[in-house]
Formats: sequence, structure tokens, C-alpha cells
Amino acid sequence: MRALAKLKVWRGTEPAAGHWQLYDVPFEPGQSVLDGLRWIRANGDPSLAIRFSCINANACKECMLELDGKTVYACTARLEPREMRLAPLSNKRLVRDLVTEIAPPAERLLK
Amino acid sequence: MNHEPMHVDTDVLIIGSGGAGMYAAIAAARAGAGVMLADRSLIGRGGATVMAQMTVAAALGSETPDHWSCHYDDTLVAGRGLCDDRLAQLLCQEGADCIREMDAWGIGWARKDGRIAQALAPGHDRPRCVYVDFLNTGPAVSKTLRGVITRTGGIRKAGDLLIVDLVCAGSEVTGAVALHVASGAAVTIAAKATILATGGLTRLYRRNSASANMGGDGFALALRAGAPLVDMEFVQFFPIGHLAPRLIGMDPIMWDPFRYKLGGRLTNSEGEELTARYGVSEDGRYLTTRDVATYAIVKEVEAGRGSPHGGAFLSFEHCGEAALREAFGPVIDRLARNSIDLTRMAVEVAPIAHYHMGGIIADERMETELPGLLAAGEAVGGANGANRLSGNAITEALVFGRRAGVSAARRAMQTRAHTFDPRAARPALDLLTAPAMPDGANTAAMMVSLQAIMADNVGPLRTGAKLEQALDAIAEMTRALGEWPVGDGGAFDLRRVEWFDLRNMLLAARAVAMVALARTESRGAHQREDFPNMNASWQLNQVVRLGDRGMTLGRAGFATQAAAQ
Repeated sequence: MRALAKLKVWRGTEPAAGHWQLYDVPFEPGQSVLDGLRWIRANGDPSLAIRFSCINANACKECMLELDGKTVYACTARLEPREMRLAPLSNKRLVRDLVTEIAPPAERLLK
Repeated sequence: MNHEPMHVDTDVLIIGSGGAGMYAAIAAARAGAGVMLADRSLIGRGGATVMAQMTVAAALGSETPDHWSCHYDDTLVAGRGLCDDRLAQLLCQEGADCIREMDAWGIGWARKDGRIAQALAPGHDRPRCVYVDFLNTGPAVSKTLRGVITRTGGIRKAGDLLIVDLVCAGSEVTGAVALHVASGAAVTIAAKATILATGGLTRLYRRNSASANMGGDGFALALRAGAPLVDMEFVQFFPIGHLAPRLIGMDPIMWDPFRYKLGGRLTNSEGEELTARYGVSEDGRYLTTRDVATYAIVKEVEAGRGSPHGGAFLSFEHCGEAALREAFGPVIDRLARNSIDLTRMAVEVAPIAHYHMGGIIADERMETELPGLLAAGEAVGGANGANRLSGNAITEALVFGRRAGVSAARRAMQTRAHTFDPRAARPALDLLTAPAMPDGANTAAMMVSLQAIMADNVGPLRTGAKLEQALDAIAEMTRALGEWPVGDGGAFDLRRVEWFDLRNMLLAARAVAMVALARTESRGAHQREDFPNMNASWQLNQVVRLGDRGMTLGRAGFATQAAAQ
């Protein structure tokens, strides 16, 4: 049996009306949480919304989310073969699923 | 979503906020134009600039006496006879000025004894490349330009804004239709001048060194508006992209700076210097140009002399810990956290899609064939011919960006009124307001398939048969994508975003494969196993455009003009 990372992901567009969805991701040592989320999208659920740009270089700083209640970059947090709880940043306005409004107001189309 | 789109008027619309787009915004605003700087990601965070690890080439003469014409000569040699010499000259002539301007803006170029330090990079005849330590050139360029933009008035910034199509009146580009990703809203933009600063197309490949948003959008936007592209067959693979052991939070092209500073040894599985069989003896130095090194690694792997994961070995074991620490300080600790100790082990590296030499045809003012449409940075084709010299990418972003900004502002000031006609925006708006399509293709899986097709069949080593297979697969995927977008069209609907991305990526992929099939020779980054030699009769540039008869191929004479001068 291959080890699994069990990602429990917050889904929704309204903070008060979301739900948790559980995804099993094949675990390989050395992967990042972002690798796991991208695997989910390509292998089953493309409706899952995540924000990232540089993929794995920790350069764009766009993939911030909460892992077990702590703020991390998904691209530098290690995927682990256990249940990992992933939620959008609680101190930013929710957009959808794991995506929040993180741009400074002066860099948004709608302020 | 049937309500009216949001509408914005601007003098100059700039699409893409990497180095080229941001420099263009500053130049246009300083010239008195109102600017809208749009990016499909966040401002100054996506694109390729922020990913640059080290070198920016310019004839500053800070370490060794230098002249722009020496940089120009090296650029032409690296380009294997195909450079558009007007653009190559512009890059080399104005590069140093932009580097000094960035210095005055406080970027913090690395210094030695008070003078800006310059590293020697492969293909350059002397130390010419400036950088920001450690591995921080790209982030420093982005941060500096973002700061200047904030201090410069007249620039409206709009992140999360994905341009769906340019809007034309006849051949004139009058604005654009966009999807505001964060809300799902449709937006129309009227602009007196529009600059495509969208970078290249590295996202078409499985292993790539650029952001997820480098999917050739600008090439597709230009093609659909009627503008021609040049040199689309020349995709640069960066030879020593990180392969193994697994590494997170580091850019895969990070070994480039290590080689600049420490040399290092690139070997095959038999411990032989890898490039020796291919005409370059490095002997611990970093000398091999990107096209030759990529070819050498792929050929060694094919011959059964590759590393376990299918690449080459790169070792700095002989350098010693003190030298490693002095050159890379905190980066050594980041490597340790990934269980990599360079004093005791080699890493595995392999070619990775890195940069696109081809792109939109523009003149020295960065104006395209279409009135009102300009291009800047990597999106422009021609300056680097068949193979780009290390360090020329950020330089061209800055130089071409500044030029484009000035030209766009001039046009905007001379244009009395907007000529944007909402009726011409209708087809793109119809796509954006399409009903929800909850079922349908898995766009994320299609992306993975397209990247596999391009990596396997349109990669560093090509054959006619593989290219034909790729064209068939691309045509099949284009049919599967369909005419109407999938997803629900709501806030941050990544499926719909990916549908629009695939629409662009498939068009760009087709352009690359089609011109690669036509070029029956090997030159620079385009290597045909069925036509292994460079052929003088192919010293010409191929041009592709999209029209009533579909995608058509023609030729331009940059190379022949340069040869005649």
C-alpha cells in the first residue's frame, strides 16, 4: 500500500457557508503541499481554486494559506503522509476555496 | 452573468507586469500618459522577471573595459546568424543605461571595491553580467520597479486581470476585453496604445523554469489580432535545471549562479566531463553555451550515460565548504534543509524550458505591424536569434520596456479620441458571459497532456515525425477544448481561467510545432535529428500569422539584411 497524504480542504465562496472536502493524495517524500494540491486538480477535481504563480520557487509569494491553523506558503510546506487541514487565510477576504484577496488595495481593479 | 461589463478608458494599456511591463509603465507615465498596468496574476509577482536568479548583461565596463559593440558581437554569434540586428543593437547599446538607472533607483547591484561587480557568463568575451546577491536578481528588479511605480503618478494597477482578446478597428488595436479573475466580471478597456509585455511560453513544457502564467498569451493575442510572429521554433532550454534530489522552495535554475561563481563540474555517469565529447573542454569553468550544453546532456542520456533520473551530474565537491559559504551564504542552509550537502554530493540536472527567442515582430520603437499595438521584453521576437546569450533577458526587458513606454505615450498623446467600438468587443464578451458549463473537460489534466506532448515531441531534439505527431495531438486537443468555456464563470473560477489559457497555449504550441517542422536543418536551440547540420540556405527567419486561411508561414529577412551590411 502506498502512503497517502489526506488533505482536508476548505471549500466555498462564503465564509459562513463552506464545507470540508477530503482528498487522498499519493505521497512521495520531498513533495510540497502545493504539489499535492496541483495533483488533486489534474487528477480529479479541477474545480478546486488555489492561487500560485511561480510553482515551486518561493518567489511569487502568492500561495499563502493556513495549514493546521498556521500560515504557510504551500510551495515550501512539506506534504506529509497524514491528515493535513488546509484553509484560506482567516485574516484576508475570502475569494473562493483556498484563495483570498492578498493584493494591496492599490493593485486591485476593484478597490 | 448578463449585466453590462465594467468599462475602463486609458491612454496606454500594458499587459503583463514583469520587468518589461513595469519599465514601460514608468516610461509612459513619465512621458505624460495615463497608464493601466494589467496582470493576470498579482502586480510584479508573476512572469519571468521575479524568477531570474542572477545575471543581467550590459557593457558597463565596471570590472573590465567594455563597449556595447563587443556585447553586440557576442549576441550575434550566440544567435547563430538569425538575430534581428536592429533589436540586438538596441539591447546592447541601451542596456548599460538601464542598469545605471536601476542602480540609481536603489536595486543594490552586488559591488566589489565600490564598483558594480560583473560576472563572466558563457558566450561573453569578458565579465559583463551584473547581479544581486544571493540568487536575488529577479526579486530585486521586481521590487525596485514596483517601488518606482508607486512613486510615479498616473499608473493604475490591476492584478487578477486576464486579457481575453485585443479589440480592433480594421487593423488598428483599440483596446481589449478582459476577465477579472477575482470576481468573474467581464471588463472592456479602451486604449490609445496597447503594449504586450506577456513574456514567453515556457508553460507549454512539462519541466519549466518560469511562472504558471507564461503560457504564450501575448503570442496568441497578437496572432488573433492579425500581428505576425517570428522565430517561433526557437525555444531555449536551460541545460542544468535541477532534477534530483527533490528540492522545494528553490528555483530549478539556481545552479546557474553556482556555476558563475564556482565553476563546478558537469559529468556523465562514467565521471567524464560531459561537454568534452561535444567540442568544449570546461575544466571546472563555466563556458558552454545553452544550446550546446542542452544537446550534450540529452545525447549522453540517450547513449546510456545519464544520471539515475535521466540527466547529468553537477558537482561542487572540490570547491570546499568555505568557498561555498562565501559565495552563497544562506542558500547553503536552505540546501541543507533539503538534505543537500554540496561538499559531499553531486546533484542531478537536466534541460528545462526556460525562454522563448521567438515572438512578436516589432521595430526599434517596439511598434508592431498593427497601429496601436506594441510589444516589449521576451514577448518580442528576433533580438536573440536562434539562441539567447546568458544575461540578455532582463536587459531586453528593461530596454525594450522603456522604449515601448515612450513610444506608446507618444502615440497616445497624438491620438485625440478613443476609437474603441463596443460592437467589436462582442465576440470576446460572449465568451466571458457564456453560461455555466459545470461538466466538460478537466482543464488541469489537459494542461498536463499538452505539456507532455510539447516536452516529448517539440523539445530540445526534434524529428519530422515527432513534430507531425505533436501537430495532430494539438489539433485533437483544440477540438476537445471546444468553442465555449467550461466552469461556472464565478469568482476565481480556475477551470474557466485554464480554458482561456489552453485556448492561447494550443495556438502558441501549434505555431512552434509548425515552424519547427518547416525548418529542415539544425541551428541553435532548434535541433533536428533528421537534419543534424546547419544549412546556410536556412539563414532566414520564419514568420507565422493567423488569417482567413488559418495559420500561414512566411519568411523575413533580418538575417540576410544583417549579413549584407
